[in-house]
Amino acid sequence: MFKILEKQVFSPIIKQMVIEAPRVARKCQPGQFVILRIHEEGERIPLTIADFDREKGTITIVFQEVGKTTKQLGTLEAGDYIKDFVGPLGTPSHIENFGTVICVGGGVGIAPVFPIARALKEAGNHVISIIGARTRELLFWENRMREVSTELFVTTDDGSYVRKGFVTDVLKEIIDERGKDNINLVLAIGPQPMMRACCNVTKDYGIKTIVSLNALMVDGTGMCGCCRVTVGGQTRFVCVDGPEFDGHQVDFAELARRSATFRAEEQRALERHTCQCGCGGGK
Amino acid sequence: MAEKKEIIPKKHPMPAQEPVERIRNFNEVALGYDEETAVAEAKRCLQCKKEPCRQGCPVEVDIPAFIKLVAERDFAGAIKKIKEKNALPAVCGRVCPQENQCEKYCTLGKKHEPVGIGRLERFCADWELARGVLPQEVAPPTGFKVAVVGSGPAGLTCAADLAKLGHRVTVFEALHVAGGVLMYGIPEFRLPKRVVQAEVENLKKLGVEIITNAVVGKFATVDELMEEEGFDAVFIGTGAGLPYFMNIPGENSCGVYSANEFLTRTNLMKAYLFPEWDTPIKVGRKVAVIGGGNVAMDAARTALRLGAEESWIVYRRSEKELPARHEEVEHAKEEGIKFAFLTNPVRILADENGWVKGMECLRYELGEPDESGRRRPVPIPGSEFVMDVDTVVVAIGQAPNPLVPRTTRGLELGRKGNIVADPQTGATSKPGVFAGGDVVTGAATVILAMGAGRIAARSIHDYLMKKKA
Ligand SMILES: Cc1cc2nc3c(=O)[nH]c(=O)nc-3n(C[C@H](O)[C@H](O)[C@H](O)COP(=O)(O)OP(=O)(O)OC[C@H]3O[C@@H](n4cnc5c(N)ncnc54)[C@H](O)[C@@H]3O)c2cc1C
Ligand SMILES: Cc1cc2nc3c(=O)[nH]c(=O)nc-3n(C[C@H](O)[C@H](O)[C@H](O)COP(=O)(O)OP(=O)(O)OC[C@H]3O[C@@H](n4cnc5c(N)ncnc54)[C@H](O)[C@@H]3O)c2cc1C
Ligand code: SF4
Ligand code: SF4
Ligand code: FES
Ligand SMILES: [Mg+2]
Repeated sequence: MFKILEKQVFSPIIKQMVIEAPRVARKCQPGQFVILRIHEEGERIPLTIADFDREKGTITIVFQEVGKTTKQLGTLEAGDYIKDFVGPLGTPSHIENFGTVICVGGGVGIAPVFPIARALKEAGNHVISIIGARTRELLFWENRMREVSTELFVTTDDGSYVRKGFVTDVLKEIIDERGKDNINLVLAIGPQPMMRACCNVTKDYGIKTIVSLNALMVDGTGMCGCCRVTVGGQTRFVCVDGPEFDGHQVDFAELARRSATFRAEEQRALERHTCQCGCGGGK
Repeated sequence: MAEKKEIIPKKHPMPAQEPVERIRNFNEVALGYDEETAVAEAKRCLQCKKEPCRQGCPVEVDIPAFIKLVAERDFAGAIKKIKEKNALPAVCGRVCPQENQCEKYCTLGKKHEPVGIGRLERFCADWELARGVLPQEVAPPTGFKVAVVGSGPAGLTCAADLAKLGHRVTVFEALHVAGGVLMYGIPEFRLPKRVVQAEVENLKKLGVEIITNAVVGKFATVDELMEEEGFDAVFIGTGAGLPYFMNIPGENSCGVYSANEFLTRTNLMKAYLFPEWDTPIKVGRKVAVIGGGNVAMDAARTALRLGAEESWIVYRRSEKELPARHEEVEHAKEEGIKFAFLTNPVRILADENGWVKGMECLRYELGEPDESGRRRPVPIPGSEFVMDVDTVVVAIGQAPNPLVPRTTRGLELGRKGNIVADPQTGATSKPGVFAGGDVVTGAATVILAMGAGRIAARSIHDYLMKKKA
């Protein structure tokens, strides 16, 4: 059992938790993730390690409630326990001094970008971060991101905060303004359409772009093959070969289709969970 | 043999759930002998002096001796006898490919049906489980710490034997429950999970610490376990969990699963209880399972139970070469599984949303024998046809998972990424590190993995005692 030490509610659907998991905290690196299972009947879901404290033996996760399991996780409080919590999984981000790096975090993708941006800055990079969300309420960690970035740009799709527009608009502006040869790497993490859009922008300029893929997963150790994606024409397993890949090589259309495999079942689970009629849902 | 006895030509039938019933549930198919049947079956045994059956058992269970005890109704004595050699009789009695092992060499089997050795072994183990397994003796603590990586049959056996010798054993398991393939792969209807968990509980009673959710190579490497966590020796029993795919077009379509995914969702995550349990699975109307081993049979029979109207085994050789256990093939047939022999897919066809809508196959014929001695299947040119299926399960084999092999310094690896270990001792190229089971041999059997775990425990003990001296 893994104890929830702290909980913070950023918005009704975005929450942060600090979990006691010394074995995970001891060795984890930026770019890695955990898989958790709330209770005995629960499913295994992957969440990125958004921060860690090796001394305290804790892992920070930030999640957006999108379905049954994340909603149920959101109902837990500090002091509660999570049944299973395994990690660190996946290959760590490749960190070196590339020069100037643009880190793009969209929505809940801001959380996974944070430790990578921090490591990139510590490695001597000029880190330009762009964070964005649909609306002001869904934006979080602006200050934390500012601390680990050389420059920070903020945008909201609906213009409710700072500027109106997509992260891709800002990305394009910056590249045009600084010149494509002055940007050495782009890292984009967020919803699949956002990552795909970022890749479309950078492809024209020929700037290498790393994305972190959120494929469906079960075990997270390379055993089931559920997380397979096509990268550069080859099948790769996101949980062990990734989650980061060269975005220009990723078959995003296939990833989107595979991610939707269980949409009908997920809908059913969610309805049952939120149902108030006493049918056994809401559990 | 003193007196001549009358020979009963056939095995006593195994009571089983009716096919029409069982394809709608996940309960165990074979129900097990009762005492009377077990005694009667045991009495079929001729007590051959040369013990041919014993040579067919990879761990040399003293078969005539335990069967004699069953015939005498000394069930406690019988299980004790079995356990001298086999640590997991409730499992092996159910899943050993007996027709290729012990029963293959049974004298009775020459003219008639062999003695139901596996069934009797299962009977004895279940008899004991129902009464609660007696605590086993543990030697005084040696002060040595051993890490066992992976909790499949190899790891479980190695851990139990080492604990009995007085070593402090910690098992690290990547998944959230211990048991390996016995938990995530082999279905409930063939091997009830309570049987496996009873073995895991016994291990705990021996003082073994089991840490689940612990992926070695990730939270710590084997080297770190030894250097930082103070383990004096390590046993690697991480199995062959990496699924092969066919590398044919369309294989990443929605509705194509590896057998590992299909079975893990169902067995480990209990997707058959969705939505009471949270993990979903989707099975279409017509399912094709590619492969002919136990894994393929399990997947095809699981598909039926999950509601498929038709479930096919698509195998590129003929029925004779099916590597699955004989009993599984029989059970599959009874349940209405269909077989497409001498057939192999070349392409999976998908609809506009990326879902499987068919599978293009080629027909094969058998040619000359290959290295394995089996006749090589050769495609018949122009024999393409499309199978009308909407779900495909790929069950063509597994390789060792590279996570531990690749992160351990100085470990010699074989061509397929397997760990090289001495079959006599389980010793690897790295001092203090031993290995056994599927990670060494490639996908094999429960009893071989168990035997390897036992051999390794013995030589780990010797290694530690030498270290002490
Ligand atoms: C490596 C990785 C890191 C991730 N990190 C984060 C994170 O830091 N914060 C965050 O909010 N989300 C993260 N996700 C996504 C998160 O795992 C899903 O939102 C979550 O599994 C949804 O579960 P649910 O039951 O609440 O929703 P559901 O209604 O079951 O599913 C909603 C959607 O989430 C995805 N999903 C569902 N089950 C899984 C699964 N087992 N594995 C992967 N995706 C699934 C599917 O696309 C699905 O359509 C990450 C995913 C991956 C693969
Ligand atoms: C569906 C199916 C049906 C089968 N049917 C039969 C049958 O009827 N009869 C028969 O004799 N055999 C059968 N087999 C084969 C048999 O199950 C295996 O040969 C046997 O389980 C191998 O045992 P093992 O201990 O080597 O590995 P496994 O049982 O594979 O166990 C390995 C364990 O190690 C864990 N692990 C892996 N990597 C790590 C890591 N890095 N850190 C920590 N833990 C890790 C895994 O999660 C797993 O729990 C079947 C196999 C399958 C898949
Ligand atoms: S362990 Fe397997 S092979 Fe040996 S006697 Fe038992 S069933 Fe037969
Ligand atoms: S070979 Fe068959 S009949 Fe002879 S002792 Fe063994 S089990 Fe009994
Ligand atoms: S999640 Fe199972 S192989 Fe990646
Ligand atoms: Mg879900």
